[in-house]
Amino acid sequence: MISRRDFFAMLGGGIVVWMVDDADAQESGGGARRGMNQAMPEQVSAWLHIGEEGTVTAYTGKVEVGQNARTSLTQAVAEELRVPVASIRMIMGDTTLTPFDMGTFGSQTTPRMWPQMRKAAAAAREMLVDLAAQKWMVDRASIQVADGKVTAAGKSAGFGELTQGQKLTRTIPASEALTPAAQWKVAGTSVPKINGREMVTGAHKYAYDVKRPGMLYGKVLYPPQFGARLVSLDSSAAEQIPGVKVVRDTFQIGREGAGPDLVGVVAPDPQTADRALAALKAQWKPVTGATNSKDVYAHFKQTARGGAVESPGLVPYTVAYIAHTPLEPRAAVAEWDAGGKLTVWTGTQRPFGVKSELAQDLGIPEDHVQVLMPDTGSGYGGKHNGDAAVEAARLAKAVGKPVKRNWTREEELTWAYFRPGGLIEVAGKVTPDGTLTHWEFHNYNSGPSGLQTPYEVADKKEQVHQADSPLRQGSYRGLAGTANHFVRESYMDELAHSVKIDPLEFRLKNLKNERVRNVLMAAADKFGWKGRKKTAGHGFGLAAGMEKGGYIAAVAEVSVTAGAVKVLRVVQAFECGAVVNPEQLRNQVDGAVAMGLGGALFEQIEFADGKIQTNRLSRYRVPRFADMPVIETVLVDRKDLVSAGAGETPIMALAPAIGNAIFDATGQRLRSMPMAPKGLTGV
Amino acid sequence: MARITQLDVNGAKRRIDADADRTLLSVLRDDLDLTGTKYGCGEGQCAACTVLIDGQPTKSCLTKVGTVAGKRIVTIEGLAREAELHPVQQAFLDAEAMQCGWCTPGMILGAVGLLQRTPHPTDAEIVSGMNGHICRCGTYPRIVAAVREAAKKGGRA
Repeated sequence: MISRRDFFAMLGGGIVVWMVDDADAQESGGGARRGMNQAMPEQVSAWLHIGEEGTVTAYTGKVEVGQNARTSLTQAVAEELRVPVASIRMIMGDTTLTPFDMGTFGSQTTPRMWPQMRKAAAAAREMLVDLAAQKWMVDRASIQVADGKVTAAGKSAGFGELTQGQKLTRTIPASEALTPAAQWKVAGTSVPKINGREMVTGAHKYAYDVKRPGMLYGKVLYPPQFGARLVSLDSSAAEQIPGVKVVRDTFQIGREGAGPDLVGVVAPDPQTADRALAALKAQWKPVTGATNSKDVYAHFKQTARGGAVESPGLVPYTVAYIAHTPLEPRAAVAEWDAGGKLTVWTGTQRPFGVKSELAQDLGIPEDHVQVLMPDTGSGYGGKHNGDAAVEAARLAKAVGKPVKRNWTREEELTWAYFRPGGLIEVAGKVTPDGTLTHWEFHNYNSGPSGLQTPYEVADKKEQVHQADSPLRQGSYRGLAGTANHFVRESYMDELAHSVKIDPLEFRLKNLKNERVRNVLMAAADKFGWKGRKKTAGHGFGLAAGMEKGGYIAAVAEVSVTAGAVKVLRVVQAFECGAVVNPEQLRNQVDGAVAMGLGGALFEQIEFADGKIQTNRLSRYRVPRFADMPVIETVLVDRKDLVSAGAGETPIMALAPAIGNAIFDATGQRLRSMPMAPKGLTGV
Repeated sequence: MARITQLDVNGAKRRIDADADRTLLSVLRDDLDLTGTKYGCGEGQCAACTVLIDGQPTKSCLTKVGTVAGKRIVTIEGLAREAELHPVQQAFLDAEAMQCGWCTPGMILGAVGLLQRTPHPTDAEIVSGMNGHICRCGTYPRIVAAVREAAKKGGRA
């Protein structure tokens, strides 16, 4: 493992730009003051290096999990540095080589990291202009930077030539000026996925695929029930299997539902590890009286901190726990060196968080830990922590060799955390002319994201009530935005029908927010809402909302035949400021429809007696090809507005649009997500 | 236990030493380092582990290595010819038919098999032919478009 200091020394000549994530930071260092070296400042959020041979390398703690941040961040550098996309290398999520980053979540890469990358690149470009102005003794204004070259009055030089073997460093504050969106040449265009070729050839190495010399394979024994505690263990049969080592240890950071005991096996190949795990004879102290997936909503209300709110007229909605089910399960390879330093390759949205988790659990200094995050087989908010990493590190330490700890699908569907289930109770009042006058919204356990209604209403109360979750829960794409939008937009539909006003008209009547209005009208226009024609068994529904700087509207058409719900068509309009990459944005918005369909209609974690019953893909249904509607996406490109993230908000309006369409088709108001896990009855 | 000592993978005879009842998926990934073949569920539900056995798309997580000795195995690593991508690979790239890419190798091999059986599938045939494959990122419509385009250009066997 190399240190960060060694790393900067190794970079050699060229230009290094440090981007300081602090508007008050003093600009220092010398644009054109050659040879000026400075220590790396604190609070750096990104850095960029231009080598003497002209190679451009950018470094960010953000990671790539399929959302195409690698591509969009590369576009940021290409745009401001005026170099081809192909000439840029983007180093991501390596806790030694890249600056600290909280994590890749909350749709923050585009609003925060993307401008910082652009600023670092813009600063580097201006340094090159300074160097050329000095070298050629020409006015800065006469100098052009384009296609990786600096030119002026018949002179031309590559980036590397201008630095002449010296290392120039510069720290820039967050205020560096940027190219306006209307003048973008690379940003705002559909640059293809940067490493797409490695994906289609199978060349890309994910964390699950990492192999190290002498590596062994580890497995970990988990309890048969959430909360069950190990009473005794007979590992003699496992220990007799050639090559197997049984590891008994204690985690410093206990695992929710699984406790602090680590019982693991390590073997030369995965099958032997499986056999050894199966040969362990463990006795557990069982848990009794745990709530189940049917009673959990009452449980939320019973355990609400500060008590539940009882008020006449509140209508209950429920949202089930669901699983992210990233197709690449959690995985880690851990390797210790002779000096007690630890390197871990793992798929996570928070490499620096996992680094801290490892240091804390293993009781070693943080600078003894390096986490590397290969572009990962998706996360959707589900890979925030270091479960597999800590397991691999402890097993590797016990056996003195690198250990791979790849989770199985069953482990992923049982012991990873879930999107919270929730009970949401809502009430509203509307005048006969369709004016919303009262709004009350109580969310138990789902969470606050997307809680606030965008509609105008004078008398409003919106509350989140924390409650006891019987399952391990955490982030999920859009967080509670999906739950809160489902309830708000379904109930708005109920109110519209109660006064017999068209649901689109009713929304627009109570909506001043221009950006929500725009997407709602754009989606309705594209769908042909006004001219829609109802036929037997068909229905139409719409929904809208905003969250994380994104504005979304969805219109859905469904058919219900003999109880079977089929979503036929979904039109979504989405606006997130200036569009960074239209094709990749479309991919995200369309993908959100596909993924959201599962939670809307059939995905749910079923559990009882402390056991997850939906612990396999054969028991946990996720959307497939045959479930797909025709998906049409309208991108509202606002070049006058800053770019916001897009990975999450496009999932939020889908479920209520579908639910409202089912009501239109059948007269049944479905107030539980998933709405039709086994189809509908009575239609 | 019977042992398997040789596999025909991507046109080459590869030496191995594996129990016959191990999964082909594990032998490919762990013994031969052909990690383009992905694990997704271990029970044949997601088809991320699809490889071609004598031209047929086959779930390697459910296939014992002892049953495929002597058969022609093609993994994603063996699909391109030198620098030239297989038309289905190229079509996936052109259609941006991926996000995280984990399902992509299995999807591509499944599509290659589908186009061998049905060179000019309708969209409905693509959907039914590919329905055993899961893409959690939800790129299904793009994958259908990619298979459609690959069919138009004509595959190669």
